[in-house]
Amino acid sequence: MNWEIVMGLEVHLQLATQSKIFSGSSAQFGAAPNEQADAVDLGMPGMLPVLNEQAVRYAVKFGLGIGARIGDRSVFDRKNYFYPDLPKGYQVSQFFSPIVCEGMFEVPLEDGTLFPIRITRAHLEEDAGKSVHDVFQQETGIDLNRAGTPLLEIVTEPDFRSAEQAVAYLKALHSLVTYLGISDGNMSEGSMRCDINVSLREKGSQTLGTRTEIKNVNSFRFVERAIHSEYERQADILESGGTITQETRLYDAEQNVTRSMRSKEVANDYRYFPEPDLLPIVIDSDYIEAVRATLPELPGAKRTRFTSDYGLSDYDAALIVPHHAMADYFEAVVQFCKAPKPAANWILGDLSGALNRNEMGIEESPITPERLAGLIVRIEDGTLSSKLAKQVFDAMWEGEGDTDEIVATRGLKQVSDSAALEAMVDEVIANSPDQVTQYLAADEAKRKKLSGFFVGQVMKASKGQANPQMLNALLLEKLNNQS
Amino acid sequence: MSSEELTQACLKQIDETNEALNAVITVCPEQALESARAADSALAKGESKSLTGIPLLHKDIFCTRGVRTTCGSRMLEQFVPAYDATVVSKMKAEGVVMLGKCNMDEFAMGSSNETSFFGTVKNPWDLSCVPGGSSGGSAAALATGMAPLVTGTDTGGSIRQPASLCGVTGLKPTYGRVSRLGIIAFASSLDQAGPMARTAEDCALALTAMAGMDDGDSTSANLPVPDFHSALNPNLQGLRIGLPREYFNDDLNTDVRARIMAALSELEKAGASLIDIDLPHSHYAIATYYVIAPAEASANLARYDGVRFGYRCEQPSDLEDLYQRSRSEGFGEEVQRRILVGTYALSAGFYDAYFNKAQQVRRVITEDFRRAFEQVDVIAGPSAPGVAFPFGAKQQDPIAMYMEDIYTLAVNLAGLPGLSTPAGLINGMPVGLQLIGKPFDEQTILNAAHRLQIDTDWHSARPNLETIAS
Repeated sequence: MNWEIVMGLEVHLQLATQSKIFSGSSAQFGAAPNEQADAVDLGMPGMLPVLNEQAVRYAVKFGLGIGARIGDRSVFDRKNYFYPDLPKGYQVSQFFSPIVCEGMFEVPLEDGTLFPIRITRAHLEEDAGKSVHDVFQQETGIDLNRAGTPLLEIVTEPDFRSAEQAVAYLKALHSLVTYLGISDGNMSEGSMRCDINVSLREKGSQTLGTRTEIKNVNSFRFVERAIHSEYERQADILESGGTITQETRLYDAEQNVTRSMRSKEVANDYRYFPEPDLLPIVIDSDYIEAVRATLPELPGAKRTRFTSDYGLSDYDAALIVPHHAMADYFEAVVQFCKAPKPAANWILGDLSGALNRNEMGIEESPITPERLAGLIVRIEDGTLSSKLAKQVFDAMWEGEGDTDEIVATRGLKQVSDSAALEAMVDEVIANSPDQVTQYLAADEAKRKKLSGFFVGQVMKASKGQANPQMLNALLLEKLNNQS
Repeated sequence: MSSEELTQACLKQIDETNEALNAVITVCPEQALESARAADSALAKGESKSLTGIPLLHKDIFCTRGVRTTCGSRMLEQFVPAYDATVVSKMKAEGVVMLGKCNMDEFAMGSSNETSFFGTVKNPWDLSCVPGGSSGGSAAALATGMAPLVTGTDTGGSIRQPASLCGVTGLKPTYGRVSRLGIIAFASSLDQAGPMARTAEDCALALTAMAGMDDGDSTSANLPVPDFHSALNPNLQGLRIGLPREYFNDDLNTDVRARIMAALSELEKAGASLIDIDLPHSHYAIATYYVIAPAEASANLARYDGVRFGYRCEQPSDLEDLYQRSRSEGFGEEVQRRILVGTYALSAGFYDAYFNKAQQVRRVITEDFRRAFEQVDVIAGPSAPGVAFPFGAKQQDPIAMYMEDIYTLAVNLAGLPGLSTPAGLINGMPVGLQLIGKPFDEQTILNAAHRLQIDTDWHSARPNLETIAS
């Protein structure tokens, strides 16, 4: 049978606030266990939460970033369940009235088209701590550093029909939140965690099948593989006439399978009710406009501008824009060299290659935008051939200075002096009578091939520094005049 | 008299009578005397604050840095907080001398002080009777002169009812007037701390010290705090006092009615007028309260799981066992009953019928008061349905016990200020008049109580201390 996969995504996004959502503890990643947990985070008797305004602002930023409606009165609720890393025995979340209401997010696909995803809601909540099972023998350790870290849970409608769409959405979301500066979106450190609701139905059917939820998938690649493997599993069950059990599953990356975690039927009744220790968040239009004024240009608008103003292809724009730092770098280079196409090529080609080899981000690039622009200027004005330019680039990467300095110290300047070139051409022609005879006897098509010999000889003589365009023109002229 | 002498006298009183009364769980004599001496030197230097050198006992629900804070529970028998409640630090800043911590119903759940893990508190007027609850230790200590000033908390009547049963003055401020930070939570939307003292005047002094906006409590009100003490005004000319028909109905005990009416006629003589009013949804208060308060409590008490602090059972076999036994052994019966009731009221399928409905009725009850206060300045009634009752009388019947707070619960649901002031004795046992004010108008009810205390000496009646000590 022909199955259609239907998916909705829930992303838990860790907001990059200075302190936690309800306490003054630092929310930074990586401190020694329990060093970033105060009396509030520990759920000590009598302690009360105080809402971090920065978390609210970040949530509103996100809402505005996807054109969502901002709840004018959102309310925190207590989600009740017992777990050792949940200090209060409840998680403060938003169940009935979320801060970000329905919105629409346009996800760029690889072919440059836009794919609209309906956002159901996004709500603020506090993260739980961590249970540590591998440090103490026979005992579980509890690390509450993460307890109280602000999360924005972003829920979509079941609008995804392929793993590729899901991954494209996550990448676009990652791009958006880094543009907004509200999260580092780092999946491997858990700043962006993804739950995938997966169901299958017969192609053409309008009703949804029974779904499973795959929890906590922590890389783009695993998302894709987890979806494929869950699709196979559900399809096998349905093909053989079975039914899908609604349950939570975990993705095992090593075996590339999903495994049952717990059944929803026996899942906790969370007994949500409004958190009496916090007032409702009332957001007026002044606040929204003040936040809106701080929004940067977002990826969608930037893609449009890069293609229309700089003449970049959709493909190049789609590669550069998602990385905020790369887009900034690109614009800085263009500002200096006024040559967008070569700038894009250099950034996506040699520069990205070198950065990847060295596992560096573009922010750490040893070549500044100004220096890369200087290189492009010297190519554009004919000083450097592309071959020489690559040498200069490598030298620049090694910190040997800017383009002009490297050209000077290494003597890499392209020979564009016609008298000097003419002398070299004359010498090669004079030293190669057989090849000249052969060339003159050949027809037009063959001549083109044979001219390569002479180019090579001159390049050799010039140590690769001959201006190729000038050399070609001069050589043809001289050879054709030999008869 | 120096603060040190006063503190010595209080400590002596505790020493002599606490064995019989069990009003105080923890006494800190050295710490108290040290603060008293510091107070005396401040007084000598003319650097005194509003409460400098005044000995005080805190209800054991207020976290006190370095001093055990039990909340009347086995769960927190060994709990020593690393922080002071805002009320504690504010009163410290005003110069009080903390003598120790008062006994109370476990987690403030009770109206008789019979649910304390640390044993019952005896009513100083009759040792066979309860002192009321949950601030029963505070009321009994105050009534016997263990301290001239005590603190309490009131979630459904826990200051006013024991004040009534022990013959002292107790004030529950408007919800939000006093910070809840560092007060061990029972029902967060209802809990409010307040003072208990011999007089309305002393309550006014203490409230001024306790009250105020606290950045650490999001529900504390961002309003200026008047100097309630210097603003005390005994002139009641033109004061309109509302008498809810629902309180003064046939269910009201005739002796209590007689005492309350006697007190009200004193206020009338002082220039107030008495007006019959309606609070038509009063009879829903108990049911509403006993859904909302346990629901909030079921979550507030979830943190006592044996993992990080508090009581942990011996040798748990697994996580489930750790939770079940730590909580079954650490919490008493009434606390467990309320956790179960609250959990039930919030459960899937029952939320709308119980919790949500209760929230709606709460708004209706609040609206009743709002409308009533369009006609009157103060609402008056009894603080409790009767005088102190013998131990065990209501313990087997939770509903009978819950009825103890029939006149006080609605005030918490509506978040209003209320106080209880002595209105004489019935067969030697005290009765309290309850005065309820408009939101954040503690001043008017303090004024009325103050005038009553000028014109009568009911508040001066004392239990016979000699029978207690012997």
